[in-house]
Amino acid sequence: MMAAALGRGLVTLVKGAGAPLWQPACARALSLTACRNVPEAPPARADSTFKVTMVPGDGVGPELMTAVKEVFKAGDVPVEFEEFHLSEVQNMASEAKLDDVLASMKNNRVALKGKIHTPMEFKGELASYEMRLRRKLDLFANVVHVKSLPGYSTRHNNLDLVIIREQTEGEYSSLEHESVTGVIECLKIITREKSRRIAKFAFDYATKNGRNKVTAVHKANIMKLGDGLFLQSCAEIAELYPKIKYENIIIDNCCMQLVQNPYQFDVLVMPNLYGNIIDNLAAGLVGGAGVVPGESYSAEYAVFETGARHPFAQAMGRNIANPTAMLLSAANMLRHLNLEFHSNMVSEAVKRVIKQGKVKTRDLGGYATTTDYVRAVVSNLRQRPTY
Amino acid sequence: MSPRTVLTVSRLLKPTWGGLMGNAMNVLRPATIYGQRNKSIYTPPPAKYGGRHTVTLIPGDGIGPELLNHVRELFRFCCVPVDFEIVKVDSTMTSEDDINNAITAIKRNGVALKGNIETNHNLPPSVKSRNNLLRTNLDLYANVMHCHTLPGVNTRHKGIDIIIIRENTEGEYSSLEHENVPGVVECLKIITRMKSLRIAEYAFKLARQKGRRRVTAVHKANIMKLGDGLFLQCCKEVAAGYPDIAFDSMIVDNTTMQLVSKPQQFDVMVMPNLYGNVVSNVCAGLVGGPGLVPGANYGTDYAVFETATRNTGKSIANKNIANPTATLLAGCLMLDHLKLHAYASMIRKAVHTTLSETRLHTADLGGQGTTLEVVQSIMREIESKGPLTVEPM
Repeated sequence: MMAAALGRGLVTLVKGAGAPLWQPACARALSLTACRNVPEAPPARADSTFKVTMVPGDGVGPELMTAVKEVFKAGDVPVEFEEFHLSEVQNMASEAKLDDVLASMKNNRVALKGKIHTPMEFKGELASYEMRLRRKLDLFANVVHVKSLPGYSTRHNNLDLVIIREQTEGEYSSLEHESVTGVIECLKIITREKSRRIAKFAFDYATKNGRNKVTAVHKANIMKLGDGLFLQSCAEIAELYPKIKYENIIIDNCCMQLVQNPYQFDVLVMPNLYGNIIDNLAAGLVGGAGVVPGESYSAEYAVFETGARHPFAQAMGRNIANPTAMLLSAANMLRHLNLEFHSNMVSEAVKRVIKQGKVKTRDLGGYATTTDYVRAVVSNLRQRPTY
Repeated sequence: MSPRTVLTVSRLLKPTWGGLMGNAMNVLRPATIYGQRNKSIYTPPPAKYGGRHTVTLIPGDGIGPELLNHVRELFRFCCVPVDFEIVKVDSTMTSEDDINNAITAIKRNGVALKGNIETNHNLPPSVKSRNNLLRTNLDLYANVMHCHTLPGVNTRHKGIDIIIIRENTEGEYSSLEHENVPGVVECLKIITRMKSLRIAEYAFKLARQKGRRRVTAVHKANIMKLGDGLFLQCCKEVAAGYPDIAFDSMIVDNTTMQLVSKPQQFDVMVMPNLYGNVVSNVCAGLVGGPGLVPGANYGTDYAVFETATRNTGKSIANKNIANPTATLLAGCLMLDHLKLHAYASMIRKAVHTTLSETRLHTADLGGQGTTLEVVQSIMREIESKGPLTVEPM
């Protein structure tokens, strides 16, 4: 609402500046870099509010969502949430609930989501709700952008790499059976179509974000056919992107390289399970599950979540969770919705709090509570974003 | 050779392993993306993730870059979920690297918005038109242009509503020219049955989809009895399958005369390449000039959008006086192609209102407005219409 009003203000300003004397000024206001030159007004928009589906999930999920809502409220972000509580451990999951979430997603196309905890024991259903949601929406690509936060120093600083993971097939096929008593077969599925799709996603992501190199991670020396197909698909797609360098690396070596010299990587693309491991490993390099945002895409939908997906149930209700990851993820969501101004506002505020290093949650070595942290972010929102 | 060696060899070549290897070969079939003659068989899915599209933007020459910048600005203003990948093509270079780059970029994104790339006639004849290369390489066989009278634009004729469908990949544009005897140049015009049937089918399908009544094939079969004759024959064959749509044919010279004297008689027109070029320019002139009419090139897998008459507009480049209407409407056609109909109609309405009600015209329509003023007026119009209600998928 406010943005629309301010937008109108900008237009009136431009209208008022019709005189030739002002020509250069309004030419600049209309140029693409408008938001860089004129930070006072958010870029004009023709839309009012965006509806977004919210699935808080388990553990600290609801607390993180509260943090996001508070920050959005303080920043007058034109986003409205439709909340759905879906949880397997609290007996709040049912087909009907899942359908509700899906219906809401169909309308909104964008969601903010916490982790829906999956109990380890087998109760007759192989696929968890998390998996089913992913499959129903065909969220095939998971992106985790691992970026060091200035102000919080870890063993590796200035790290900037992107991990892209296929997450609808591979080891997560939920196809397991006991062929002979005592022998379990668990099927890992690799298909050409989906391998090409994820490879193309990785290269498209690299193109769009101005990155130079894509590395495919595999284990084709052992799984010659399965991972071989994945690798071959990546190589085929790479031919369509002559300007982007293409390499491949074996998963075990990749892990070692990541902890020794992570700077050599740019964009990494891999099948499901490797992605799961590398996501967590890389998140650990820059500060853990609390600070790395992530997102999942299908052709139609986008789901924003934390990079390393953990419910962190032991922290539930203790007000100690670090909301950085979820806040940055929410900022990415705003950018996806074309709300660039608000996106920058939120992410800059979070980064400023980290940089100042006064308010630190426990995982970053401080004693601040979640509430303290959110309050610090909100007070930083009030400042104008610096570009 | 002793019998023993033979045995070893046959054992080596034998079953169990052979079968397994066979399977392995099947899975790891040699790359299918680039098959024979380096032509792509495999069409990658378009770059659309989370509802956001990536579209190739080729700024081109002349007024292209500035107008396409306005399109980007307007899209950003309207929160259109489209990102542009900008691919520059240098028209002064003789090498084909740039255009090949652009072609791969369109292959991976599926859709492009483009300004016209200048074709320098002084370069050696081996340098083909970049625009033509793009169309033939991506097999964008159908050029579609919809000419209709725009309210607020003063023209000699009123009530024009013509869809022109032009074959885009063969005919006179085959780039097959040679001098067989000094002083004698042969320039081959190619008409094939396959491509003629394809474009006729496209025309009739589009006519039915848009609820049109009549399709007119434009030809010169009285002179080129075989070439244009084949085209006409193919149109007739296809027409037989569409009994609900009337079909007639007209010779190209007569067509142009009829167009300038009584253009209201035409509904949908289908024609080979060069005639299409001429007729589409005539029609654009009838409704107000090159700055008003958008055009689209469709193939089976890819689509490229540009202005209908493909003018470079070098003389008015960077003067802030070019008419942005055609380029903006081409952007709308692209949004329609991406199924973002709500955004397309929002922008289209604002463009039309600016033309008819605000009466802010650029110099080509006899007005005083600059390009920037027109774009700003369109933005103001969109703003005043309030929030967009995007229909659910």
